[in-house]
Amino acid sequence: MEILRGIAVSPGIAIGEAVILEAEDYRIPYRAVSAQDVEPELARLDSAFSNSIVELERQEEWLDHHLGRDAAQVFDWHVGVLKDERLRSSIESLIRDKQAAAAYAASTVMRNYQRRFMQMSDPLLVERIRDVQDIERRLLRHILGEDREDLAHLTTQAVLIAHDLTPTQTAQLAETRVVGVALDSGAATSHTAILLRSWGRPGVIGLTDVSTRVSGGDLLIIDGANQLVIMNPSAAILEEYRAKEEAYVRLAGELDEIKSLPAVTRDGERVQLMCNIEFPPEARVGANKGGDGVGLYRTEFLFLQPAGAPSEDEQYEAYRETILGADGRPVTIRTFDLGADKYTQQRSYEQERNPMLGLRSIRYSLQNLSMFKTQLRAILRASCHGDVRLMFPLITSLMEFRQAKMTLHDAMEDLEEDGIPFARDIPVGMMLETPAAVIQVKEFCREVSFISIGTNDLVQYLLAVDRGNERVSQFYNASHPALLRTLRDVLRACTHAGVECSLCGEIAGQPLFTLFLLGIGLRSLSMAPGNIPEIKKLIRLAAVPQAQRIARRALSFETERQVTNYLRDETRKMLPEDPF
Amino acid sequence: MPNEQGLHLRPVTAFVDLASRYESTVSVKNITRETEEVNGKSAMEMVLLEATRGSVLRIAARGVDARETVAALAALVKAGFKVDSGRHCE
Repeated sequence: MEILRGIAVSPGIAIGEAVILEAEDYRIPYRAVSAQDVEPELARLDSAFSNSIVELERQEEWLDHHLGRDAAQVFDWHVGVLKDERLRSSIESLIRDKQAAAAYAASTVMRNYQRRFMQMSDPLLVERIRDVQDIERRLLRHILGEDREDLAHLTTQAVLIAHDLTPTQTAQLAETRVVGVALDSGAATSHTAILLRSWGRPGVIGLTDVSTRVSGGDLLIIDGANQLVIMNPSAAILEEYRAKEEAYVRLAGELDEIKSLPAVTRDGERVQLMCNIEFPPEARVGANKGGDGVGLYRTEFLFLQPAGAPSEDEQYEAYRETILGADGRPVTIRTFDLGADKYTQQRSYEQERNPMLGLRSIRYSLQNLSMFKTQLRAILRASCHGDVRLMFPLITSLMEFRQAKMTLHDAMEDLEEDGIPFARDIPVGMMLETPAAVIQVKEFCREVSFISIGTNDLVQYLLAVDRGNERVSQFYNASHPALLRTLRDVLRACTHAGVECSLCGEIAGQPLFTLFLLGIGLRSLSMAPGNIPEIKKLIRLAAVPQAQRIARRALSFETERQVTNYLRDETRKMLPEDPF
Repeated sequence: MPNEQGLHLRPVTAFVDLASRYESTVSVKNITRETEEVNGKSAMEMVLLEATRGSVLRIAARGVDARETVAALAALVKAGFKVDSGRHCE
């Protein structure tokens, strides 16, 4: 048994034999055909074009149905290229004049375009070279008639292992018996990740070399929520996961039914359940899962594109798409939470010894003011399209918050000078995730429009534990009495000051903590869209006085173990069936 | 080119779709960048114009409906490819 840890892109459990997708690098050698074969080659090319178009249109239909028009539109240009008469006639003349085989002719012409794309100066357009490659592969697959649809013929449940997947490959998975995906690449394009999520199957990425470590036929478990891939599990582990998988499937069906119902306690208290999202189309997915809006839009994912720092217009488009996707519901945009990641580490002059205490998040933004201002301009411009709020991450001092706000005002003035519209009264809040901010929460309440508690970092800083360090990660425990008391105090201060307070850490989506959070007075929780139905189910079974009693009791314990045991018992009483 | 994103894939698709509805041949040149003329009905070549916000395009058509073709395409470009929607505030 071997366990690999990666980055989770979608939760769930998948068990199956590994199927490894090799990199589809077609290298087409030059091949001439005889004079009488020219016509058949032309016919082959013709049907490859029409089959490709039919296939793409079917795919667009599927995407449109599952993810909406915006996602499907990605492939509009592909169809346009396949219908491009000029492109087609230049391939045809290679076949006719040089007696080249259709595959060679198509590949030559497409590679020629790829070279020209590479020479463009706009990095975003250069990146579209991937689209040209995608089109080339599709054409070649149809010309060579090779049955590349191996996956469609799987007879048993399989887990797909690959170096990377194109959006096209990902979109096709839904029609196969593939139940989960594990990828080497960590920079899965946003569309691949979104497609995996909306498909509802678990996916773990960023595993570096999983595609070479696993052999076809190995038994694999993918645990999406815990970002694990377990190779050749022991009998005991396998049994444990089979039970979890079964419970998960049953739960998913059951939860689908309460999607359209509001999150209201038995005694009529309304709780807002918001989504944490990374990519614009998820705003719509979240709404489909019964969410009340976007509580945390993590914009730093815009940086994980190969093209690097996103332009103002590119950001504006992403924010606008998110806001329109939320369809009138509130959207809280968090400014870049960069640092301690690949993007910033590559650009720093020396590696930081302790990046979690280093130049990250709002500190990074305030030291890279032109980048920060570009983002603020883009957010302000997008603020015209809906109910937008802005928040700054990892605030540790009032000075920092004021400086960030000053930069925002600079951006506003610039926009005003340029005559560009924006929402002047955009609410500006902060993430509360450092012990310093907790201690000064009263002062902060005088200056912010709202507070969002980020428990992932708060636990880490409060307990002095790096959750990514395996030797100490067992000490990372949100049940720690110090955290519970901290949350209670923050809620009290916010309530007293009349400042809106929400929570967007992982515990917002964990049923274990729902009753406690309700009991200390939280009425807005933001979580991964997939967690919403389960949390909603629990809230609809709960009542406020009961939750308050549970919270008081939980606050009385001395150790994290007592807290966990108690909260687990109380939650079990209400959800006896669930595998939380 | 008034629109924010320039001739990215979506605007190109819109342009080519519209151009293809007319009989005339269409050629487009990015005056600002002094690119070669490309075929206005080619989704691939239009991208190579690398037109960004503020670029000046020259659209020429030849054929029976040349006048209407140019007028319609120019209007599409001037309207920012209709990608800018949503309400506006102050």
